[in-house]
Amino acid sequence: MSMFRLMGASLLAVTVGAGAAMAETSKMRIALSNNYAGNSWRQAMLKSWDKITKKAVADGIVAEAPAFTTAENQVTEQAAQIQNLILQGYNAIVVNAASPTALNGVVKQACDAGIVVVSFDGIVNEPCAYRIAVDFKKMGSIQVDYMAGRLPKGGNLLEIRGLAGVFVDDAISGGIHEGVAKNPQFKIVSSVHGDWAQDVAQKAVAGVLPSLPQIAGVVTQGGDGYGAARAFAAAGRPTPLITLGNRYDELQWWKEQKTANGYETMSVSIAPGVSTLAFWVAQMILDGKQVPKDLTVPFLQINQDTLEKSLATTEKGSVANVEYTLDDAKAVAAGK
Amino acid sequence: MLTAVTSPKFLRAALPGASFAILLAAIFYVQPRAMSYFGLNLMLQYAVPIALATIAQMFIITVNDLDLSIGAFVGLTATIGATLVASTPLLGALALLAAIAAYGALGALVHWRNLPSIVVTLGMSFVWLGVAVLILPTPGGSAPGWVKAIMGLKTPWVPFPVVAALVIGIVVHVFLMMSSYGAVLRGAGGNPRAVSRAGWSLLKIKVIMYSAAGFFGVLSGLSLIGLTSAADAHIADRYTLYAIAGVILGGGEFVGGRVSPFGAVVGALTLTLTGSFLIFLKISPDWQIGAQGAVLIVVLALRALIKRREV
Repeated sequence: MSMFRLMGASLLAVTVGAGAAMAETSKMRIALSNNYAGNSWRQAMLKSWDKITKKAVADGIVAEAPAFTTAENQVTEQAAQIQNLILQGYNAIVVNAASPTALNGVVKQACDAGIVVVSFDGIVNEPCAYRIAVDFKKMGSIQVDYMAGRLPKGGNLLEIRGLAGVFVDDAISGGIHEGVAKNPQFKIVSSVHGDWAQDVAQKAVAGVLPSLPQIAGVVTQGGDGYGAARAFAAAGRPTPLITLGNRYDELQWWKEQKTANGYETMSVSIAPGVSTLAFWVAQMILDGKQVPKDLTVPFLQINQDTLEKSLATTEKGSVANVEYTLDDAKAVAAGK
Repeated sequence: MLTAVTSPKFLRAALPGASFAILLAAIFYVQPRAMSYFGLNLMLQYAVPIALATIAQMFIITVNDLDLSIGAFVGLTATIGATLVASTPLLGALALLAAIAAYGALGALVHWRNLPSIVVTLGMSFVWLGVAVLILPTPGGSAPGWVKAIMGLKTPWVPFPVVAALVIGIVVHVFLMMSSYGAVLRGAGGNPRAVSRAGWSLLKIKVIMYSAAGFFGVLSGLSLIGLTSAADAHIADRYTLYAIAGVILGGGEFVGGRVSPFGAVVGALTLTLTGSFLIFLKISPDWQIGAQGAVLIVVLALRALIKRREV
C-alpha cells in the first residue's frame, strides 16, 4: 500500500516536473475580445494583432488566435461575447474592454473557468485579470519635461486638450499640469479642447490666438498638433515648439519643417501594436512564466533622429506603429 | 388532429418556441460544449435582464404605446443599484420607488395630454441617462451582495437563467393573461373606447401599465448589476431595441393589445442566443448586426405567412 502511494507520488512529481520543463503553448488558443473598431488607431491595432498572431500560429507557438470585435461598443454585448469565448474553451482571452468595471462579472467567470484574462488599453479592474495600462499622466508630464530641456528659460504654454469628459483627457491634462508645477518657469496661458482631431484643434487654436501673448510651446494630446501648427501659420505668428502625437499628418508636417528650417520637436503616443504586447504576455502566462498583474504600456516616442524611419512605416491617415515581440513582453513583465 | 396542429392559431403560438428550439439545436451542433449546465448558464445569463426589460416594454406595447427609454432607464436603475442601494439600502429603495413613480407619471402625462409616447419616452431617455451620469459619473460602484447572490444562484438540475425565465413568464402570464383585470388592461390596447365606455378609467390603466414597466425596468437593472458586479450609465443602451425586438419576436403586435408574456421571454432568450450563435460561427463583426436583423426578418416573415392564413 505504502509502496503504491510512494510510486504514485513520484509519478506525479515526474509529470509535474516534465510539464514545467517543456511548457508548451502550441496547442493553446488565445482570443482577442475587442469593444470597438471605428477609428484608425483601432484598425491598426487589429491589423497588428492579425499580422503577429498569424505568424505565431504558422510558427506553431499557439494553435489559434482569432479576434472578435463587438459591433456597437456596448458592455452587455462584450460580456456576452466573452461568455461565448469561455464556452469555446479558449485558454486565454485578451480584452480591450468597453468598461473598466462592468465586465468584472464575466471576467471573474473566465478566471474561475481557468482562463487567463489579459486586459490592455481599456483595462478591467477585476483583480484576477492582468492589466497592461497606459500611463496617461506620464504621457502629459514627459512633454513638459522635454519642453524644460529645450526651453530652459521657460515661457508661455498653450495646452490643447482632448474630448471633454473622457477620463483620458483628464489624465493627460493632469500630467501636463503636474509637469508645469514641477517646472515653474512655464505658465499655461490658455487651454482649448481639440478633441484629438486636427480640424477641431485648428479652429479652437485660431479662436484664442489673437488674445494670447507670445507662445513658447504647445503641449498636446495627439491628433491635434498639426491643426495647432496650421492655426499659428494662418495667423502669421512664429511657429512655437509643438509636441506631437505620432499621427501621420503631424509627422509629415514635422518632416517638412525639419527639411525647411531644421525644426526640432518630439512626438509621443501609444502604438496600436500594444495588442501584440498583450498577446505575448498572454502567451508567457500560458507558458507558465511569472508575470505581475499590473504592467505599463511602453510609450512610442519619436525623436529628431528617428523621425524619417517612423514616417516611412506609418500609413497615410494612420498613426505610427510598432509590433512587439516576445522579448519586448518579457522586458515589460520584468518592469524594464 | 392534424388540422389542430396546422391551424394558424397554434402555429402562431408555437413560432417563438420553435425559433428558439431551432437556434438552440444549431448552437449545440456548432458548439457541443454549450450543451451542459455550465454552458446554458453562461449563454443565457445575460438573457435574464433582457427578458425583464422585454416584459417592461411589453406592458407599454399592450396599451399601444412604445417606450424608447427603457434602455436608459435600466442603465439608471443599475447605477442606483450599484451606488445607493449598496451603500444606504433605505435611500436606494426610495430612489428606485421614485423611479417607478416617475414612470407611472409618464403614463399619466401621455394619456392626459394625449401625447405620442415615442416622443415623450425619447425625451425621457436623455433625462434618465443624465441622472445616471450624475449618480455615477465614471463607471464603477459595486452591486449589493444579495443581488449578486441571487444572480449567481446554482439551482439544481436546471440552470438559474432558465428557472428565472420560467418564473418571470408565469408570474406575468397569470397577472396579464389570466386575471380579469388583466383582460381589461389588454382591452385598453385592443379597443380603448369600449373599455372606457364600460366604465374603466383609461388614465388609471396607463398609470398601472407604465408603473409595471418601471417596476420590471428596476428588476432588469438590478439583475444586470448582479451579473456585471458594477455599473456604467451606458450599460443597457441597447436594451431599448432588444426589448422591442423581443416583444415582436415573441408574437406580440405593436397595436391591439395582442401580446404574450411567455413569447416575450422566449423572444428575449432567442435574441441572446442569436448573438452567441453568430460568434460561434465566427461571423465577422461587421456582419453580425445584419445577421441578427436577418434572423428577425425570417421570423417575422414566417409570421406574416401564418397571418395571411388567419384571415
